[in-house]
Amino acid sequence: MRGILSDRMGAALLMAPLLLFLVIAYAWPFLGVVKWSFTLPTPGLGQYGALVSDPLVQSVFIRTLRIAAIVTIVSVIAAYAITVVWVRGSPVQRVLAEFCILVPFWISVLTRAFGWVALLSNRGLINTWLQSIGFISEPLTLVRNEFGVVVGMSHFLIPFAVFPLASAMRSLDERVLLAARGLGSSRMRTFWTVFVPMTRSGIIGSAMIVFVFSLGFFVTPAILGGGRSVMIAELIYLRIFQSPDWGLGAAISVVLVVFVGTLMALLFRHVKPKQLV
Amino acid sequence: MPTYRPGPVSLILAVLVALFLLLPLLAVIPVSLTPSRMLTMPTGELSLRHYRSLIEDPRWLESILLSIRIGVVSSALSTVLALTFSLGVWMFQPRFTAALVGFVLLPMVVPPVVSAVTLYFLLTSVSGITSFFGYDTWLGVAMAHSVMTVPFATVLILVSLSQLDRRIDLAARGLGASVWERATRVIMPNIKFGIVTAALLSFVLSWEEIGVTLFITSVNAITLPRLMWMGLRDNIDPAIAALSVILIIITVLVLAVRSVVTRRQATP
Repeated sequence: MRGILSDRMGAALLMAPLLLFLVIAYAWPFLGVVKWSFTLPTPGLGQYGALVSDPLVQSVFIRTLRIAAIVTIVSVIAAYAITVVWVRGSPVQRVLAEFCILVPFWISVLTRAFGWVALLSNRGLINTWLQSIGFISEPLTLVRNEFGVVVGMSHFLIPFAVFPLASAMRSLDERVLLAARGLGSSRMRTFWTVFVPMTRSGIIGSAMIVFVFSLGFFVTPAILGGGRSVMIAELIYLRIFQSPDWGLGAAISVVLVVFVGTLMALLFRHVKPKQLV
Repeated sequence: MPTYRPGPVSLILAVLVALFLLLPLLAVIPVSLTPSRMLTMPTGELSLRHYRSLIEDPRWLESILLSIRIGVVSSALSTVLALTFSLGVWMFQPRFTAALVGFVLLPMVVPPVVSAVTLYFLLTSVSGITSFFGYDTWLGVAMAHSVMTVPFATVLILVSLSQLDRRIDLAARGLGASVWERATRVIMPNIKFGIVTAALLSFVLSWEEIGVTLFITSVNAITLPRLMWMGLRDNIDPAIAALSVILIIITVLVLAVRSVVTRRQATP
């Protein structure tokens, strides 16, 4: 009896600090944000009505979904290509692939966005080079538009897309691949009809991670979009800091959380969380 | 034994992706050496003036020191909270564990911009009560960073606990050790590596945090990423290129050391 009581006490004492911390510093203020969305500037559903009717907000939502979809396709395909070598390559190839995945992964989002500015801006590396070989006379506009945003976001998200794919590729039975080759299937055919279908759960997991991350992305679109291709996260920032309209900013945040939550629930119906690591 | 290796087409595609991943990191090197005050490619002569300005301009040094202070405090807070919570979960396996862990992981899965609005709400509310803990204060930033990093610390510590043999804890318990003794003298020495990793990751995440920091600082608590952000948005300062080169070199060195160490551990 004493044992059970002290067990419960012990668990409660050890777990309480973090739970309290997050209730006070996260759950309670989140409810405050939800409250803002219903009360500012006037109580009611006005802000949610504005979300549906405001053409600017709508165009930002549509642009965000479009960019997120493109980034997802680009990132998953690119991640797939490098993961194949990371998981199945020769020892030297593996080390090199790991280096190319992990170095960008650990470098901050700001540095990486800045690297793309250095490459893509009007006086950046690519335009300088293309002009010096006489290929173009006027610099190409590669940043401050959707192209720059897609490039920068894909670059940021490829390493995140790699991990679920790698876990799927590691767990598949190599003998099946060898059997397919041994029975005379070509490399291409083995890849498309055996390898890819067997890594389906990794593809779904990695696509969902990239898509969900893209929806709430702030830094890269703000730097590489240059204020011209605003996505949801930047719109929230602008509503809160530039045209103080806290109610609308809060309402967009709530809609974003609900949307992402629904997507995650759908994801976990198809993939176990463990398969994503 | 035959193995299934990627063919030439796979290799070519992988090389293209690898170039794409490394290109922007390499691109900052020439930019950092430009003698111009603008962001341009150096034409002819090279200069280290932007590296010098990192040392000479007090703003950079101040924000570096501030970022270190915030990183240390928030990492300590995250690690302690994550450690006690994880010990509770592992030692007592309470009911609703999955729900409680899920709750703790929320700041990791909620879109960062929503967490940023949430923490902005918290700190502006607190600002009315006390001036040194609210919006645009270093303590406020440290606390907000802890909220964002504590899920990562918790995951790392829970993972290293899950690899621990329960029987050593049962033995200690059978021999009459108290909860405190079991935690500090039996369990914690065995998950040292996980705890240190959690603290380091929390520090790194705080060190480079920008999404939340942008919402909760304005003029006083200028962390290094915040200063970089200001330099990137307004008039692009090539000192950022110099700083980026230094940060990239540090990252590459740390990863190289880590891979050498883990390889040595793998082949004794």
